[in-house]
Amino acid sequence: MTAMLEVTDLQVAYGKIEAVKKITFSVDEGQVVTLIGTNGAGKTTTLRTISGLLRPTGGSIRFQGKPIQTTPAHEIVSLGIAHSPEGRRIFPRLTVEENLLLGSFSRKDTANIKGDLQAAYDLFPILRERAKQPAGTFSGGEQQMLAMGRAMMCRPKLLMLDEPSMGLSPLMMKRIMSTVRTLREQGTTILLVEQNAQAALRLADKGYVLEVGSIVLQGTGQELLASDDVRKAYLGED
Amino acid sequence: MLFLQQLINGLTSGSLYALIAVGYTVVYGIVQLINFAHGEVFMIGAFGSLAVWTIFFQGQTSILILIPMLLGAVAASVGVAVLMERFAYRPLRHAPRLAPLITAIGVSVSLQEIVRLFYPGAKSPLPYPQIDYVSGTALQLGDITLRRSAIFTVGALVVSAVFLWWFINRTKLGRGMQAVSQDPDTARLMGINVDRVIVVAFALGALLAGIAGVAQGLQTNSISQIMGFTAGLKAFTAAVLGGIGNVAGAVVGGLVLGVAESLATQFIPGAFGGTPWKDVWAFVLLIVVLVFRPQGLLGARVVDRA
Ligand SMILES: Nc1ncnc2c1ncn2[C@@H]1O[C@H](COP(=O)(O)OP(=O)(O)OP(=O)(O)O)[C@@H](O)[C@H]1O
Ligand SMILES: [Mg+2]
Repeated sequence: MTAMLEVTDLQVAYGKIEAVKKITFSVDEGQVVTLIGTNGAGKTTTLRTISGLLRPTGGSIRFQGKPIQTTPAHEIVSLGIAHSPEGRRIFPRLTVEENLLLGSFSRKDTANIKGDLQAAYDLFPILRERAKQPAGTFSGGEQQMLAMGRAMMCRPKLLMLDEPSMGLSPLMMKRIMSTVRTLREQGTTILLVEQNAQAALRLADKGYVLEVGSIVLQGTGQELLASDDVRKAYLGED
Repeated sequence: MLFLQQLINGLTSGSLYALIAVGYTVVYGIVQLINFAHGEVFMIGAFGSLAVWTIFFQGQTSILILIPMLLGAVAASVGVAVLMERFAYRPLRHAPRLAPLITAIGVSVSLQEIVRLFYPGAKSPLPYPQIDYVSGTALQLGDITLRRSAIFTVGALVVSAVFLWWFINRTKLGRGMQAVSQDPDTARLMGINVDRVIVVAFALGALLAGIAGVAQGLQTNSISQIMGFTAGLKAFTAAVLGGIGNVAGAVVGGLVLGVAESLATQFIPGAFGGTPWKDVWAFVLLIVVLVFRPQGLLGARVVDRA
């Protein structure tokens, strides 16, 4: 079986700065795969390149066997890749419902959208209560739920989440992580970027550790959790 | 009485400014570009409608002709706006901001010259046809004159404003436009084709400018290739006055500007009053607003609900 997402020797640069240096990794269907690493490691850059916001300077990205490294961002969404970006990036002056509906912008099967809106509300009931409220008035945790709900509105085959737990209370973080688990159980393949390595590795099938643009370590979630290097560098233990 | 007359005049010219101002503001809201050639889009609209009349309806005055004339105006305006976006501005999307600005001036001058050189007879102002029900006087009450073209202009603004509101807030593409103006990268992640939204923004502005071109023709009974210059400058002023990027602001800014300059012309006494000072007061108003409320009357924003 070929992987759902195959990233091979991917290179991305901002001008002369090489942010991602020949990384190779893959995500199989039904898996949760996590990319962890410290600030500036290149995690966000990697996701933005997969979703077409950035163009690689080398290497390839294949989704379900097809190369997508030159496909425009708005077409990548219709292939089934949703990206919930770092910092949530909800549309502040649109209502919660309008934000969610934008998530379904690329879909042709308009008849099913209403039902998926209800599914998003069932996933995060607070969104239903505040459906008509401008999203900019939401708290960080609520915005994160909205961003995830919005990403789910395109019925993604692959859901990419960039630091969904950033800046959230421990309680809210648990809530988000358990939603990631729920989504996986519902059959969504997930590529999860996290600084909170512990939480991410606990639910990941596979993990990659990124350091200044290169993958330095990889393994199953359990292996990485047990690895001394990871424990020292990312779990704050010595 | 004089006050009422000036109010009518002000609302008429203000509606015209507003119709054109929307084009500056919508495009700015989406791509942060001041399209200084937008005045010419308005001018081209007037010539488009005149061409339709000259070719198909020469000598006729039936109100029904207004429909093909409006279609001709809109087709010409939208066509030119879409072409200028595609060939003049899109290649400069990532260039420093000065580049599209200078290009806009170049496009503006070129369009004036193209019309002057190639539109038959356009080397001097051309008479605009009189059309039943929209030309001439609608109402004469003592000193007060209400012209039919004034009713047409204000009506066109009302219809356009309602249409715009509906389009921006109630259609999928309108929601996409709001998303692009708030956060273009994230809009792309939603599957929105930003290039297409930009074309739609230019087309939307041109649609209203084309209608304004017809309104202007009916008001002044003559059009010329330089008519877009002053009107464009005033409309740009109106857009900034209302808050650049804010669609409702463009409408309010246009009306406020029109009424203010018309009242100033009438009621400021002595050497600073009268028509010669009209434009001066328009820009004084702009400066005053920008000093005390730099974001404009309704707040600078992106294409957004009011
Ligand atoms: N727009 C940009 N222009 C120039 N350099 C950039 C830009 N964005 C990121 N970089 C650089 O690229 C490198 C990787 O950044 P990236 O945002 O991908 O890291 P990250 O792993 O997501 O970090 P964090 O955990 O802080 O979000 C960093 O050195 C960063 O400074
Ligand atoms: Mg990041």
